[in-house]
Amino acid sequence: MDFRFTEEQEAFRSEVRSFLEEEIRNGSFEPHCDAWIIDYSPEFTRKVAQRGWIGLTWPKEYGGQGRSFVDRLILTEEMLRYGAPAACHWFADRQIGGGVLAHGTEEQKKELLPKIIKGEAYVGLGMSEPEAGSDLASLKTRAVKDGDDYIIDGQKMWTSGGKYMNYIYLVARTDPTVAKHRGISEFIIEKDLPGVTVVATIDITGSEAWNEVFLDSVRVPKKCLIGAENGGWRQLVTQLDYERSGMERLMGNYPLFEALMKFTKESKRNGESLSEDPLIRSRLAQLHIEFEVGRLHMYRVAMVMDQGRAPNVEAAMSKAYATAFEQRLATVAIEIMGLHGQLTAESKWAPARGLAPHSYLSCQGYSLQAGSSEVLRNIIAMRGLGLPSE
Amino acid sequence: MDLSLSEEQEMLRKAARDFLTDKCPKTLVKEMEEDEKGYSPQLWQEMAELGWLGLAFPEKYGGSEMQFLDLLILLEEMGRACLPGPFFCTVVLGGLPILDIGSEEQKQEYLPQIADGKAIFTLALTEPSGRYDAAAVEVKAVADGDDYVITGTKLFVPDAHIADCLLCVARTDEQAAPEDGITLFLVDGKSPGIGYTMLKTIASDKLCEVVFDQVRVPKKNILGQLNHGWREVQKIIERAAVAKCCEMVGGMQQVLEMTVDYAKERKQYDRPIGSFQVIQHYCAHMATDVDGSRFCTYQAAWMLSEGLPCTKEAAIAKAWTGDAYRRVLALSHQIHGAIGVTMDHDLHFYTARAQAAAATLGDADFYREIVAREAGL
Repeated sequence: MDFRFTEEQEAFRSEVRSFLEEEIRNGSFEPHCDAWIIDYSPEFTRKVAQRGWIGLTWPKEYGGQGRSFVDRLILTEEMLRYGAPAACHWFADRQIGGGVLAHGTEEQKKELLPKIIKGEAYVGLGMSEPEAGSDLASLKTRAVKDGDDYIIDGQKMWTSGGKYMNYIYLVARTDPTVAKHRGISEFIIEKDLPGVTVVATIDITGSEAWNEVFLDSVRVPKKCLIGAENGGWRQLVTQLDYERSGMERLMGNYPLFEALMKFTKESKRNGESLSEDPLIRSRLAQLHIEFEVGRLHMYRVAMVMDQGRAPNVEAAMSKAYATAFEQRLATVAIEIMGLHGQLTAESKWAPARGLAPHSYLSCQGYSLQAGSSEVLRNIIAMRGLGLPSE
Repeated sequence: MDLSLSEEQEMLRKAARDFLTDKCPKTLVKEMEEDEKGYSPQLWQEMAELGWLGLAFPEKYGGSEMQFLDLLILLEEMGRACLPGPFFCTVVLGGLPILDIGSEEQKQEYLPQIADGKAIFTLALTEPSGRYDAAAVEVKAVADGDDYVITGTKLFVPDAHIADCLLCVARTDEQAAPEDGITLFLVDGKSPGIGYTMLKTIASDKLCEVVFDQVRVPKKNILGQLNHGWREVQKIIERAAVAKCCEMVGGMQQVLEMTVDYAKERKQYDRPIGSFQVIQHYCAHMATDVDGSRFCTYQAAWMLSEGLPCTKEAAIAKAWTGDAYRRVLALSHQIHGAIGVTMDHDLHFYTARAQAAAATLGDADFYREIVAREAGL
């Protein structure tokens, strides 16, 4: 047992912080909640790439750094703490690159990984469909072989990054005659292909982070298939473990946490700071406690990955825990701010740059995406505790 | 970062679990709840022979020179087994403070007695106010020749009725600030003027009211420095709070396992109730609370073991684990149904102990205030 970070890890954390603080000073970005998914900046992503911070855990032979998942967690923890606009590379770095590494051909690795690592390949995720949410395996998008190509038809929903993505990861049915889990394949296709139409979905915060993707007879070469034809489900399930593994669930609205602490110290009521009110102190302390417990869940997940195991039950647990935390954080923040809590960033009266109402609205969606909390608890119960399905 | 136990620690855990499964069945726990002493002297001797009582003491004081972390593994298993008796107060509240701040002479006298199972120790800290702050210490010790004379009432003192020696926290300077006039005394449990009354508690865990009526203690029995005891008391509370968390983590783990087993076996509507998603999700909530409690408890325990300052981490562990244990029990009761609220079932042992453990050594509100301070509020 050892709860310390190594000296190298502490130095790495400082390095990441210095970089981000410098970027903020230069006006390159302002810290936002959910910036990892909403705020995108190809320029910022290029700077991150120049430092070798995309593909940090990938083998050196493909341009990665061969570092540990704990190292990567340190990196992402700081990106989230500072609300950095990392959306361009986030998904490829978090889960798509790992999938290519695990299941791709040598040619695919050599083509895709360097592009991701250089901060040039921005991959949107095409998993959900109108009729396939939690029951993702019932997806209807079809990919039919045609000579050396596949022809893809169907519709994806909640695809992230419509405005900037240049690749789309998608899962499609390649064999409709077998059980639903056995006829699915993974593809990574270019976005600008004939037949691909992207339409933004305006979410509850007014943001266009997610999109519908219509695929109308999209012809893609066979080399877009990742891994085994019809073997995509198993690959996808592991990828979802990685998707759920990260700190963004706990720290998506961390800028609000910091702003809330500042707000309670600076706001006076009857001549006393709000932070001196015992009730408010207690609520804030409870948030700190819940945050620190969540952080340990996160590092446990990274340790599981460093042992070379997909963090199935552990990531399900940490993600369900963390999205509940961010919902409590948003609720406590907006309540403590009282009437002012409803003011959005545009208002001169808005406390904490209007982060609270944004976070209060946006956090409702995170306990749904990448496995609803209910699906995650099914995983904990059945795979983790061995409870029976019937 | 590494959250796992070493091979040796896993072996110690297994040995402790095997021993307690064999020697501390729930029939013994029940019997000891009703027993006047509240512990089995025979089992106490066996634990001494296993080296458990002196586990964290240096060899020269009869100990096994293992780490504080190893002791916490034992405590976890004791929490799992609901081990009755004075282990916690003798070792955590008595022995470790003596090891920390005792004079060489005191260490040589008392620690081997503890390690050999010959003496039971406890800490007389809280008073009728039930608080853990310095101002709450009102029991007085007044110098008189070569002695101090202690007067006042201590409440919620564990196992005082069987203690050979009490560490008594007393006020020795009433003019100074509350934190600056407190001294620890080693008081012979059989001293004239000490009176014990057993308190009836939720967990039947032998907490006592102790009345000191002009109890004389020789000056050489001051533990640590005159008037500067409060800092040590805070350290004792912090360490004991983390140790209590370890007991709770062991108890929670056992409750989770009992509940999952029951959910797999119990059938209603012709299927195991554990196949219903509502029950599965309750179990998932429980597992999440158990893991979270374990992580924050281990973090604080590891820091203590390494001698690192951990006021915030200890506070997080005690606040979180006390709350989480009771959440786990509430769900466990819901899953067990009516059988879980009978004396025939084992669950009530944990339900009662969870509440006792959450309240002792600072409750969640107490530690939330510490976390608030540590977070800069």
